[in-house]
Amino acid sequence: MTSIPHIRTRRPALRHVSDINSHPLKYYRHKIKVKYLKLLYNGIIPANPVFVLLLGMCATLGTTSSAMNGLMMGVATAAVLVCSNAAVSMLKNLIPDKVRIPAYIVIIATFVTVLQLAITAWMPALNASLGIFIPLIVVNCILLGRAEAFAGKNGVIASIVDGLGCGIGFIFALTLLGAVREFLGTGHIFGIEVFGEDYGMLIFVLAPGAFIALGYLIAIVSRLRGLRAQGQ
Amino acid sequence: MSKLKSTLPNMVLSLGIITILSGLILGVMYSVTKEPIEASARRMQTEALAEVLPPFDNDPEAVMKRVEVDGKQFEIYPAEMDGRSVGAAVKGYSLDGFSGDIVLICGFDNEGNIVNYRVLKQAETPGLGARMELWFRDPTAARSVIGRSPGQSRFIPAKDGGDIDGITAATISSRAFLNIISEAYEVYREFSGDNDFNSSYKDSSTGASPRERH
Repeated sequence: MTSIPHIRTRRPALRHVSDINSHPLKYYRHKIKVKYLKLLYNGIIPANPVFVLLLGMCATLGTTSSAMNGLMMGVATAAVLVCSNAAVSMLKNLIPDKVRIPAYIVIIATFVTVLQLAITAWMPALNASLGIFIPLIVVNCILLGRAEAFAGKNGVIASIVDGLGCGIGFIFALTLLGAVREFLGTGHIFGIEVFGEDYGMLIFVLAPGAFIALGYLIAIVSRLRGLRAQGQ
Repeated sequence: MSKLKSTLPNMVLSLGIITILSGLILGVMYSVTKEPIEASARRMQTEALAEVLPPFDNDPEAVMKRVEVDGKQFEIYPAEMDGRSVGAAVKGYSLDGFSGDIVLICGFDNEGNIVNYRVLKQAETPGLGARMELWFRDPTAARSVIGRSPGQSRFIPAKDGGDIDGITAATISSRAFLNIISEAYEVYREFSGDNDFNSSYKDSSTGASPRERH
């Protein structure tokens, strides 16, 4: 009987951060979890590839004429990004520094081509809407950027998480931009009519509208980030 | 394992191995996907034919005919029902689109009216020219080409003095689209060997298909 209250008082105490230090395994796990969550979150908002790093602008401006197109391009890029990050971090010690860029490009291009072949073969419906964007992924700076800045220096799991984070950030940015342009340009969001098409401002579907919409979105995101930084 | 130094043999070896590996992966992937890609292209073609033609019971792909008009290739898929011609689908293309070529397949009945069409390939501006697949079949609008015949109305954008309302702000795409349909119609008319589809309709109801009367 005497041992029961003893256990009861000890167990909840473990949940405090100060006590984690005294349990090596729990401390280790907790630290890893925090590290990966931070990595994941970092790519989505604080280092968003589109709104903050301004990488991959060609694909961003070119493919976001509708929310669906943006989402599709984002998903395809994220898939390649996770694979190329994993491959680059696995091979990083086998690639001499002076030839790392061509090596990364070959790796990225291989994944893009494999993805394109796979989608054409097994997902013809997806290919109809996504097919024309996939070759664009090779020239997307985000992939090379993450390979160079992160995967070439970090472990496999961390690189995959980083790829996931940046990929989600890219999907988020492209879908948002596509939705804004589609809404202002045609009055639809994801093809669902919000207001009549005749009131749409056609310029937002065209290239100039892409620049205008992206500019305002970047301004809004910077403002929000600024407010957050002040608040902390 | 420490990082390889950037000596010449290391660089050559490393890049060489990576490119050979990726070549191998791509080769394997290509041969694995070759069959499914061809199959899905064939399936798409068959589906498109079923969609653009009136009900038929023959195999239009087996009796497909290629013709060349003014240096342009067209494919004609004649459709038959109970041994009688019910029309044909014509696959045509245009290089005059806004970006890239446009390939479409258009089905005509015996009177030369458009049964349906399907855009097989296009890379027009998304949100503008790319809407051609839906734009010209909108049943609520006068711009629909379904059930109309290029023999009776002028298949030119209204902006150029024609009878069909082109896609707003995508005149080039609309011109190219309507042009393919007009050309496909001419090819079909030539193929069916008749210049007056109203009479051909009467004839075909007696059993003679336009194709047999050459």
